[in-house]
Amino acid sequence: MNKLGEMARLIRSKNAGPFELTFDIMFEDKESFQRVFDSNALSQKVIADLYRVPIEDVKFFIVPAALAFKASIPRPRFQGDLLDSDGHGGQQYAPLLDIEIP
Amino acid sequence: MNDDSLEVRVLSATGVCGSGFKESSLEKSLDMKPHFIGCDCGSTDPGPAPLGTGKTAFPRQAIKRDLRLMLLAARRAKIPLLLGSAGTAGGRPHIAAFKEILLEIAAEEKLAFPLALIHSEQDKAYLKRRLREGHIKPLKPAPEFDEGVIDRAVRIVGMMGEEPFLHALKGGAEVVVAGRASDCAIFAGLPIQMGIPPGIAWHAAKILECGAAAAVSRSSPDCMFATLRNDHFDVETPNPEMRCSPQSIAAHSLYENSDPYRLVESSGVIDLTEARYEALDDRRVRVRGSRFEKAKTYTVKLEGAEQVGYQSIVIGSIRDPYIIRQLDSWVERLKQRIAARAAEVYSGGKAGEHVFNVRIYGKDGTMGPLEPVKEIRSHEVCLVMEVTAATQEIATTIVSMARHQALHLPIPEWGGLITGVACIYSPAYLERGPVYRFCVNHVVEPDDPCEMFPIEHINVG
Repeated sequence: MNKLGEMARLIRSKNAGPFELTFDIMFEDKESFQRVFDSNALSQKVIADLYRVPIEDVKFFIVPAALAFKASIPRPRFQGDLLDSDGHGGQQYAPLLDIEIP
Repeated sequence: MNDDSLEVRVLSATGVCGSGFKESSLEKSLDMKPHFIGCDCGSTDPGPAPLGTGKTAFPRQAIKRDLRLMLLAARRAKIPLLLGSAGTAGGRPHIAAFKEILLEIAAEEKLAFPLALIHSEQDKAYLKRRLREGHIKPLKPAPEFDEGVIDRAVRIVGMMGEEPFLHALKGGAEVVVAGRASDCAIFAGLPIQMGIPPGIAWHAAKILECGAAAAVSRSSPDCMFATLRNDHFDVETPNPEMRCSPQSIAAHSLYENSDPYRLVESSGVIDLTEARYEALDDRRVRVRGSRFEKAKTYTVKLEGAEQVGYQSIVIGSIRDPYIIRQLDSWVERLKQRIAARAAEVYSGGKAGEHVFNVRIYGKDGTMGPLEPVKEIRSHEVCLVMEVTAATQEIATTIVSMARHQALHLPIPEWGGLITGVACIYSPAYLERGPVYRFCVNHVVEPDDPCEMFPIEHINVG
């Protein structure tokens, strides 16, 4: 068992425009990428649960050429709205670090 | 049309004008004989304020430094310089700021050139007509958008495609300052016009628009160079200390996009499903298989900012563990008191209407309701008390009352008057001025790709 944060080369979040938030989970080597892929521990449903959005609002991608997974969700608050707390969306990925990979 | 000898070389000076690049990288790029220099100058990254205020996100002096080097390079090499999303947001004041800087540089360096300004700030009557005709459609997710929003918006810009750039060049311009533009359109138009297949040109443009960001490890903002041919493009960093790898170039399609395989532009969709990345050597990457799917309906994305009020804040901190352990109820009580106090001071009138928000760093300041960690693990917390109201004076009045109420808010553990918040500054409040929100995430369907973007030609020098 490892945590996703220990296995990835980079986990990041960022605005995809002012209305969407996107997460990139990238690996250094094919083995780690494949292990996460095979585990099914990272999925559309996991993102939906962590970020409390309906599963149909989660876009989920596997990008083998970049050894990466990617997910995008509607921004919980639009960028810059009064109650928004992260203008660049750059610090919203922390809950992904703790995902357990068997 | 298959011309195997065709080669178009493109230099991107940096990811965003004002963030900088190495002069040595620019010089090295010129040795590689680019057909033109492009640079993205804007973004929504800094939020709605630049669009609302008309100011640039990067400092004027930093923009001028980058523009001077780019302009001198382009004039010396006798190649076009294409600048998109001038002044961060591409509105009238942003274009005016860029024009002023370019004229200053031209005078200082004794340069003469034909300049085109492509405006992107939209006429409100035009937008209302398009809305009534059903030619403005929401993207997902989108805020409500009606004629009232158009009226209230400080500024709405359209994001141009490649056509206005080509139109400006056709009109004789050698330096183009475009308002809000698709980042990729700056780089894709000319190569396509010169005969490069659209899929190759658009994918290369996507890499180029962020400057050296697609390098394996970008030490600092810098140039990026691409060589486009009939069935592939090669990409490299002119800075010898950086390099590109197949993985770094493939990974770049992830950055700031919601979909890594399909990137939507005005004239169609960049389809990277079949893109293949191969190392030419340890620094350069060759890309094949990128496609471009032409859109049935041409669309122009809108960006708009609406002022939501004026804001004043107080930053403070709490160290008392008794207050920290009951922080939720403490904030709730504070909010009730502020609502009551504002009603008293403004006699329950409309002037007292405001939004009071308390951000607590050390608890959930970064993620808000999405924060999975529920308990406070820190021995101290930072508080940002924030009031937004119709005028600066009202915002400051109410946040000042919040400071005083928060200072002395009693808790049952202590008998007698307490001072429960540490304030950093005197005065404790900071006036943040007007604050804005993004008020539109829609596209217009114009009859012509250029109809929303009037071009002004100027002979400089």
